[in-house]
Amino acid sequence: MLDRTLPSQPALLARIPGVVVMLAVLNIGFAWASPGFLSLANLSNVLAQSSVLLILALPMTLVIMTEGLDLSIGAVLSLASVSLALVAVATGSLVLALIVGVAVGAACGAVNGWLVAWLRIPPFVATLGMFGVAQGLALAVSDGQSITGIPASVQAMYSGAMLGIPVPILLMLAAALAMHVLLYTTPFGTYVFALGGNREALAFAGISQRRILLCVYTLAGAMGGLAGLLLTARLNSGHPSAGIGMEFDAIAAVAVGGTSFERGNGWLPGTVLGVITIGVLRNGLNLIAIPSSLQVCCIGVLVILAFVFEAFSGVRRGEPR
Amino acid sequence: MSATTLPAPPRLALSSELMRISFRLLAVALLCVALSVASDAFANQANIMNVLRQSALLFFMASGLTLVVLTAGLDLSVGANIGLSACVAGTLMKSTGEPAYAVAAALGIGAAVGWLNGVLVAVLRIPSFIATYGMLWILHGLTYAYMAGSTVYGFPRGFRQFGNGFFLGVPIPVLVMLASLIALALFAGRTVWGQQIYAIGANPVAARLSGMPVRRRLMLVYTLSGLTAGLAALVFLARLNSAEADIGGSLTLPAIAAVLIGGTSLFGGVGTMFGTFVGTLLLTLVLNGMNLLQIDSRWQPLVTGVIIVAAVWIDIRTSGRKT
Repeated sequence: MLDRTLPSQPALLARIPGVVVMLAVLNIGFAWASPGFLSLANLSNVLAQSSVLLILALPMTLVIMTEGLDLSIGAVLSLASVSLALVAVATGSLVLALIVGVAVGAACGAVNGWLVAWLRIPPFVATLGMFGVAQGLALAVSDGQSITGIPASVQAMYSGAMLGIPVPILLMLAAALAMHVLLYTTPFGTYVFALGGNREALAFAGISQRRILLCVYTLAGAMGGLAGLLLTARLNSGHPSAGIGMEFDAIAAVAVGGTSFERGNGWLPGTVLGVITIGVLRNGLNLIAIPSSLQVCCIGVLVILAFVFEAFSGVRRGEPR
Repeated sequence: MSATTLPAPPRLALSSELMRISFRLLAVALLCVALSVASDAFANQANIMNVLRQSALLFFMASGLTLVVLTAGLDLSVGANIGLSACVAGTLMKSTGEPAYAVAAALGIGAAVGWLNGVLVAVLRIPSFIATYGMLWILHGLTYAYMAGSTVYGFPRGFRQFGNGFFLGVPIPVLVMLASLIALALFAGRTVWGQQIYAIGANPVAARLSGMPVRRRLMLVYTLSGLTAGLAALVFLARLNSAEADIGGSLTLPAIAAVLIGGTSLFGGVGTMFGTFVGTLLLTLVLNGMNLLQIDSRWQPLVTGVIIVAAVWIDIRTSGRKT
């Protein structure tokens, strides 16, 4: 039987403390170390800065639930960013920029899905190849330069506000809600759970694994394109290496959020908490003046800690190797 | 069943391995012919030496990586490892003027990072591509913090010989490459430890059940991969005569590509050091050819990415393996 609502009781108990405790410790620590941390302006800033990451990490959760991985998403984001920046500068249209960004992302994702599902290439290799391809294309399209002169309509996607709430926060709430509904209430969501947990059941039900995989990777690419739009609006330019390393933050958020890499046991709310954890970590380290290069180190350590924690909490019961 | 009907696996394996290698050598030869037709600049001595020197750098990275891939693992941190080793070794050499410290630092840091990867993979059982990917970003961050945007350059002349010098008309890095090729090929193919590495990659459960020290061999393999990355860092330093933080970032994809087009299977247990050597030559020729034909170097990651995916696809198709 498919258990798609929540992980089993002990697994849940083992997980909630992990990410929540981590988040609480970080919050207390930073509030103590830096008086500005707990201000409303700063917390709103943390959320807005997490928006790009959340939009990447949500579909990454689905990819990882299918026992896959998407190493290309940062480079795809860069490619989408420079493509949509070129279109936005040429036409001044937000809608066209959005369409181009999402379409470029979805196309890259669809190729990933095809490589994984039809050619049966292991996901981390297929997406590593796509990482190179998207990186090369982004450099070629932009001629290695930043694309500036982004129109105000696109900038408003990050700096604007609606009913007093910043647009990126609204967007990320909408994305989280949509993804939650997709994963927990639709047949598609059930199939995604089955892909990671019980592929035979899917085969017996007569569902095409390939198409589900294609959809999952295409969705990841499309969301990468959307994140590209937000990042372009935030940086006020399209840059061919803007997204490099974002895939790592996304993978880190999913890992910290308690999604298992080996049995497809995904948990979307955990990913949201994981994203906030990473956002708080980066923001707090900024406030106490740790350079961004060392922040990357901290996130690397965090990922490895998450795995060690998972190994010792007995969530994973993989065979001895 | 009588004993005579049993196949003779060693000879069979050898002949199919010979087939795989000769196909690749043929590809190298064809590529050389095509490039000398397409570009006048290809077939002169300076360019050939340049290709060989380039492939030496790539081979050092790819050789250690081959051992990792033979165990069905992957080391995504080799490029970042080179970055950190080269930067620390470079600054040490600059401040002390003593190449011996640099050699010790590069090899020591390289091996230590590899050992840590081994702990993550073999002891903590984190999937290798995630553990080494986390390590990539940790090393990357450390390197950038350590260098703080600066560049070190101008190393002692004796040290630079290691990258640019000649011995009996052959570039010194090429000689080192040939020596390490022979040493590693003998290690992988002719020693018990090397054969255990193949066995672990082909079937980890069987390897464990037959009493092999799987954990220790995995540790060894990742440490060796780090050590060869440290060696590559030294050659890189000697050739560029400078070091900065982003030195290793673009090296990981080509190293993986060289291993995979050399015929080493990502699924473990299949491949040889000589295959990786030929794969290194092939990839270097492709990249050199792109340079000579004046194709913008920005296309290089794209070409390398396509080569990686194509190599794995061919591996899956020809081995009939279900993943």
